[in-house]
Amino acid sequence: MQKIILAKTGNEAMALAMKQVNPDVVAAYPITPATEIVQIFSQYVADGEVKTEFVAVESEHSAMSACIGSCAAGARTMTGTSSQGLALMYEMIYIAAGLRLPIVMADVNRALSAPINIHCDHSDSMGCRDAGWVHIFSENAQEAYDSMIQAVRIAEHKDVRLPVMVTTDGFIISHGMERIDTLPDAEVQNFIGKYDPLMHLLDVKKPFTIGAINLTDYYFEHRRAMVDAQNNSLKVIKEVGAEFGKKFDTGYGLIEKYQLDDAEVAIVALGSTCGTAKVVIDQLRAKGVKAGLLKIRVFRPFPTEEIAKALENIKTVAVLDRSDSVGGFGGPVFTEIRSALYGSAKRPQIAGFVYGLGGREIDMEQIEGLFMDLKAGKVKADSVSYLGVRE
Amino acid sequence: MANLKELAARGDKFTGGHRACAGCGASIVARQALLAAGDKPVVVTCATGCLEVVSTIFPYTAWDVPFIHSAFENSAATISGVEAAYKSLHRQGTVKEDIRFLAFGGDGGTYDIGLQALSGAMERGHNMLYICYDNQAYMNTGIQRSSATPRGSSTTTSPNGKKIPGKIQFRKNLTEIMAAHGIPYVAQSVVGNWSDFTKKVEKALAKGGPAFIAVLQPCRLGWGYPPELTAELGRLAVETNFWPLYEVEDGRYKLNATPKERKPIGEWMFQQERFRHLKKPEHQSIIDDIQKDIDARWEQLNKKCSL
Ligand SMILES: Cc1ncc(C[n+]2csc(CCOP(=O)(O)OP(=O)(O)O)c2C)c(N)n1
Ligand code: SF4
Ligand SMILES: [Mg+2]
Repeated sequence: MQKIILAKTGNEAMALAMKQVNPDVVAAYPITPATEIVQIFSQYVADGEVKTEFVAVESEHSAMSACIGSCAAGARTMTGTSSQGLALMYEMIYIAAGLRLPIVMADVNRALSAPINIHCDHSDSMGCRDAGWVHIFSENAQEAYDSMIQAVRIAEHKDVRLPVMVTTDGFIISHGMERIDTLPDAEVQNFIGKYDPLMHLLDVKKPFTIGAINLTDYYFEHRRAMVDAQNNSLKVIKEVGAEFGKKFDTGYGLIEKYQLDDAEVAIVALGSTCGTAKVVIDQLRAKGVKAGLLKIRVFRPFPTEEIAKALENIKTVAVLDRSDSVGGFGGPVFTEIRSALYGSAKRPQIAGFVYGLGGREIDMEQIEGLFMDLKAGKVKADSVSYLGVRE
Repeated sequence: MANLKELAARGDKFTGGHRACAGCGASIVARQALLAAGDKPVVVTCATGCLEVVSTIFPYTAWDVPFIHSAFENSAATISGVEAAYKSLHRQGTVKEDIRFLAFGGDGGTYDIGLQALSGAMERGHNMLYICYDNQAYMNTGIQRSSATPRGSSTTTSPNGKKIPGKIQFRKNLTEIMAAHGIPYVAQSVVGNWSDFTKKVEKALAKGGPAFIAVLQPCRLGWGYPPELTAELGRLAVETNFWPLYEVEDGRYKLNATPKERKPIGEWMFQQERFRHLKKPEHQSIIDDIQKDIDARWEQLNKKCSL
């Protein structure tokens, strides 16, 4: 199969993936740095390039509410947002997952107010990490494009039936132009197949109630079933990623190991920082420093076992968090990993680093410095520090 | 319009066994609306509030139509999504039926927290009927004031106290706000006048495009009266001109009922516990104020209807 090579920003790549998925309904509201996704998609609608019914809602709360209505009515449904938009949706984010609706959303990660800021950090999507959505991070525009397509399959899988958010780093990926390999429309359509809901509201001959009140006698069981669906999705995400690889050459898993197996010192990161780290690792390896990276692609469901296994032979690990859990001990990635490692017989020393809040740049020198500190034993185990901030 | 015999022959789509208070007006609104829809397939949503809570206690449901509840402030947005899905799937030929979309919301879910979502949905022009069952307070959470609560009413967040005798402000006129959206159909109806309500639901559903009906719904618990008076208090609200029955069809105002003789507002208010404190002579000026406000609004409405 011939891939089509294009120059695209992350936003353009995600909008293109949405066009090729050709959803029945998109309901969305603009916000920097995700606005372009909505704008580009509106143009596809205006030009008749998609069959989608586009609902230009009056707020993100209504965007997710309309997506919930639409998906429950049996329509393949997508949306996109960022930061304050996701925060405004928060109530409906939980409801989308609780009603087991396979909505796919692009979230361009941006810092939360206050102070108001438009640049990247992960606090927006991390703020809804317990809502029941599958969270997939992207290292670059290529991954964002590929993951948006896979997300449809993951969300709609009968053992999952959960909403999925695919995220990119605001501006760094969303506005950075890259060379990406894209697929012909027909290949995307073949890959995702048809949406076949168990039941839906427009099936008027088979009326049912969705969103009923559950009291002490049923609520817990319904939430428990959602945990099973999250756990099931671990396997489904891997299967879909492998099938994508078989068909289109680039496979995907839950995590990615880069020079990790024989590494003495390693960092764990999400998103675009992984790309920067890979370059630093290549340079350090050339100098004989055994540095490695564990990239987490899927943050929910958290790949606990794979991560514990991947890190078991490393001496010291620095976990990078692009958001903070204020008042907790370390950011969300750090606390998850520390908890994942607790049960391992062999486990590395780990330290947490919160970095890059509000788009604060992380450069190669900083990452190299971190590796050298790890190697020199200068990083205190079980500590949390702030990287690149004026203290 | 379907007559009483025909309506009685139609099966209930909002069925008994729900947990509403005896004499609840909200369940009457739901039942009559679905009876009026008749054989036309409808998909229904309802905002969080008394009507939704009493009718969908899992694993039971009173709704014999496809029904979705998602949250409190977004009934209009939720049904927009359902309707958008319908447009898309109908266009693609996967859904064949001619389906109507119906959203319910209480006064809290409509006048207050859901006003933005409602306004947005109406402006976008979804093919939907929004019915606000207006019982003039947040009943589900224990009778708190809303912007639909009338002046003088004692609620749990505008209680009658030693210094302040109930709610100070007059109610918001949501029906006029909806009329200002320029949508094809806006109306006021009341529990206690089944033929007026049935006619309006039929008209709204037949019209196509967005439609809005505000139904005044006596609530025996929040208003404080014996359950058998529900319909009577609805009718009295009309006969006192407190709640005129009118409609705005394609921009034209029409009064649907003119009381032979306007009854004084006290006849309606003093059958209800929530106004009882105003019987004290020192509060006569409040009653006078309320009466003046009703008369002024009535006059304004009549002007619009005679244009
Ligand atoms: C966002 C949000 N805020 C508050 C509530 C709590 N709440 C549930 S129903 C309700 C009041 C409903 O009042 P109304 O819309 O008038 O309906 P009624 O109960 O009177 O029928 C409130 C405040 C909620 N469910 N969601
Ligand atoms: S409190 Fe009022 S609205 Fe709620 S169920 Fe009882 S009578 Fe009906
Ligand atoms: Mg109410």
